[in-house]
Amino acid sequence: MKQIIIFAVLLSLGYFFGRRAEKKHYQSIIEREEQMISLPTTSSKKVAHDKREIDHCQLVNGSMVVSVDYFKRILAKLRNFFGGNVQSYETLIDRARREAVLRMKESCPEADMVINLRLETSSITKGKKNQVGSVEVLAYGTAIYFL
Amino acid sequence: MLLTNTEEIPGKKIMAFYGVVSGSTVRAKHVGRDMMAGIKNIFGGELKGYTELLQESRDEAIDRMKSQASQLGANAVVNVRFSTSSVAAGAAEIYVYGTAVSVE
Repeated sequence: MKQIIIFAVLLSLGYFFGRRAEKKHYQSIIEREEQMISLPTTSSKKVAHDKREIDHCQLVNGSMVVSVDYFKRILAKLRNFFGGNVQSYETLIDRARREAVLRMKESCPEADMVINLRLETSSITKGKKNQVGSVEVLAYGTAIYFL
Repeated sequence: MLLTNTEEIPGKKIMAFYGVVSGSTVRAKHVGRDMMAGIKNIFGGELKGYTELLQESRDEAIDRMKSQASQLGANAVVNVRFSTSSVAAGAAEIYVYGTAVSVE
């Protein structure tokens, strides 16, 4: 009985706080993405279609470590049983990726362009039985400053 | 020291190659941060302590790579790549590598 109560409390805590945090985070991501739209980012290796002369360039990076909540972990466990898209983890990693790119852009507000964007994902702490505990996303690229 | 993750430095000419240089750090989090992360695992959200820790160790790995490059007489590193791996429970390794070159 005691265990069921603890489980239910953890589940509802995860559900309410996790939902709220995710909603808030998505809102701020969308807002900041609109602000940073003037800084184009590409994954190509060269500056294409631009005749301006390059002043200097610089390596920039941004990262975020994000953790799953209890509710999502239970959902993922259920999914593991039935198979299919684990949507609760998809939104989690999507959030982390967009945040990492935003942080990278925010670290060089004066740049004119970011080329050769690379994204890397790694799980930092493994939970019990090889379940995802927290995920780190790193975004890095070369910021170009025109004359 | 110039750093880029492209094969060449945009707007500059590479004069000489010095080979691969690298830097790495292995860092562990202290118990307090681990406990905070355990609590966060219920609520979800960003683990700010870990983000900071990894960012710091990344900066240190870059510094080590830079000093190795300047020992060789290079003034830039191109094609920089990062890799992160968890070596043991509670410790992460950050590895940075690139090609040391000298530009005009």
